[in-house]
Amino acid sequence: MENKGVVYTGCPSPEELANAPGVPSAARLAKGPVAVIECVQHIPCNPCEAACPFGAITVGDSITNLPVLDVEKCTGCGTCVAACPGLAIFTVDMNYSETEAGVEFPYEYLPLPEKGMVVDAVNRCGEVVCKGTVVRVRSAANFVNTRVVKLAVPKQFANEVRSMKRLPRA
Amino acid sequence: MKQINTDIAIVGAGSAGLCAAIQAANTGAKVMVFDENHKAGGQLFKQIHKFFGSREHRAGTRGFLIGEQLLQEVENCGAEVHLNSVAYGIFDGNTLGIVEGEPHHETHYAVKAKKIILAGGAKENYMAFPGSTLPGVMGAGAAQTMINVNRVLPGEKIIMVGSGNVGLIVSYQLMQAGADVLAIVEGAPKIGGYGVHAGKIRRAGVPILVSHTILKAYGENEVEGAIIAQLDDHWNPIPGSEQDVKCDTICLAVGLNPMTELAYMAGCQMAFIPALGGHVPMHDEHMETTVPGVYVAGDITGVEEASTAMEEGNLAGLSAACALGYIDEAAAKEKEAAFLNRMAMLRSGEFGERRRTAKAEQVAAFHNYQKGIGVKDGE
Repeated sequence: MENKGVVYTGCPSPEELANAPGVPSAARLAKGPVAVIECVQHIPCNPCEAACPFGAITVGDSITNLPVLDVEKCTGCGTCVAACPGLAIFTVDMNYSETEAGVEFPYEYLPLPEKGMVVDAVNRCGEVVCKGTVVRVRSAANFVNTRVVKLAVPKQFANEVRSMKRLPRA
Repeated sequence: MKQINTDIAIVGAGSAGLCAAIQAANTGAKVMVFDENHKAGGQLFKQIHKFFGSREHRAGTRGFLIGEQLLQEVENCGAEVHLNSVAYGIFDGNTLGIVEGEPHHETHYAVKAKKIILAGGAKENYMAFPGSTLPGVMGAGAAQTMINVNRVLPGEKIIMVGSGNVGLIVSYQLMQAGADVLAIVEGAPKIGGYGVHAGKIRRAGVPILVSHTILKAYGENEVEGAIIAQLDDHWNPIPGSEQDVKCDTICLAVGLNPMTELAYMAGCQMAFIPALGGHVPMHDEHMETTVPGVYVAGDITGVEEASTAMEEGNLAGLSAACALGYIDEAAAKEKEAAFLNRMAMLRSGEFGERRRTAKAEQVAAFHNYQKGIGVKDGE
C-alpha cells in the first residue's frame, strides 16, 4: 500500500526521507559509515546536536528545526543513535564487506541480541525483509540503557532495514 | 482543629508542584507541599523513556531519573513534603483542609497559607462501549503504572485505543515489559502523537489503524477479544469492516482532563478550552488565578506534558515567592524570562501550535474577566 506519510502510517515516506536534512545522499552513503537521521517532524528536541563529538549535527536556536547533518564531518560513529530520544537515528555502512552493509539501530527490548546471532531484520513498518547477523551490541554509560545493535545485511537492503524482530521472551 | 501557618502551600508533588516548591523554597520562603500519594514525583516515575526538549529541559534523560533529580533538589531546598496527605478542601482566607496519614491513623489539620499553588494534575478520560466495564479494560496510564511502578504485566495481548503520545509511548513500554501489542486503534484519520514514537511502534510490527474504532469488547468474566471496525469520513463504522481481535487487555489512551475541583472550590473563574482538556482556571502571565493568592501550574491549567508542567511550576513558585517579597522583582524577572522562553520552545512547532494558541486564549480570558468583558464560559 502506498505510504502517504508518517502521520498516516507512522513510517516516514520516501519523499519525507528524501527531504529530511539529516538523511545523507546515495553518493555519501556509498563512501562509508554515516548517520541517517530520520527526523521528519518539527518536534521540540535537540539532544542529537550536543551528542555529536564532531559537530556534524545542527538543530539551532529553534529546537523544532529538523536536524541538519554535515555529511563531511560525520564519521558514522553512532553516538547520536543512542542519544536520540525518538530512536530515529541509524547508521549505515555500505562498505561493511563485499556483499554486506552494516546497519545500526537503537534497541531497548529484552532479551538482548548477542554477537553472532542471526536475526530477522525488519523495515520501517516492522516487516521482515531479510536475515541479518548481529555483529555488535554497544552499551555505554551515556547511552542510559539504550543498546546500539549493528546488523550485517545484504547490501540491497541497507536502506530498508531499520531494526530487528524482537526476540522471544526467555 | 490545629492550624499551621506557612508562606506557600502547594497541592500536588508532581513535576509542577515539585518545581514550584524548589523555586519558592530556594528564595527562603517557607513552603509546604501536600500529595495524596505515598511517593512524590507524580507521573515522572512511570516515565521510563527519554524526554524531548533541550538540555535546559533535561532532554535525553529518562523521566524517572528526572523525578529522582527533583526529589533530591526538594530535599536540599528545605520545602516540607507531606505525603499520604489529601487536600480535601480550600476555604476562605487561603486555607487548605488536610487529612494526613494511613487510613484509620489520620490527623486532620488546616493550613493557612499566604499563597497557594494548585498543581494536582489531570485524570484519564474514559470511553464507554459495550463490554467496556469488563476486567481487562483499563486506562493506558493505569497499565503504565502497573508495568513501570508495580512491575506487573496487565496482560499479554493488548489493544491500545488512541494514538496520541500516551497511547504510543505506553504501547512501546508494554512491549518492553514483555507484552504483545496487537494494534493501536485511532478514530481520527491521522496519528495523534509524534511520528518518532509511532515509528518505533511500527518497527516493532504493531499496526496503527487510523480511522478505526472499537465497537465492543467481549468475554465471559474478563476481556477475551474485541470487535474493531473502520470509520468513514463522518466517524460512522463501515459495515463489513469489522474484525475480531482476540486480546486480554484493552488500554484506553483517549486523553486527559484537568483535576480542577479545588480551583472550582476556591472560586477561580474557569474558561472552556477544548485544546487544553476542557474547563481550566483562567490565569495571568504569572500563573495567578482570578482568586488573589491562588496560583495554578501543570496539567490542572491545561493538559500538556511533564516538561511544560515543570516550567509552569517554576514560574508559579517564583511568582508566589516574589509576591511575598522573598526575591526582588528585577532578579525574578530575569528568571521568569528564562522559564517563559523555555516554555515557548516546548510549545513551538507543528505539535505545539494548538496548545500555544490555547494558552494565549487562557491568559486573554483572565484579562478580559478582570476588565469585566468577554467571559464566554465557566460561570
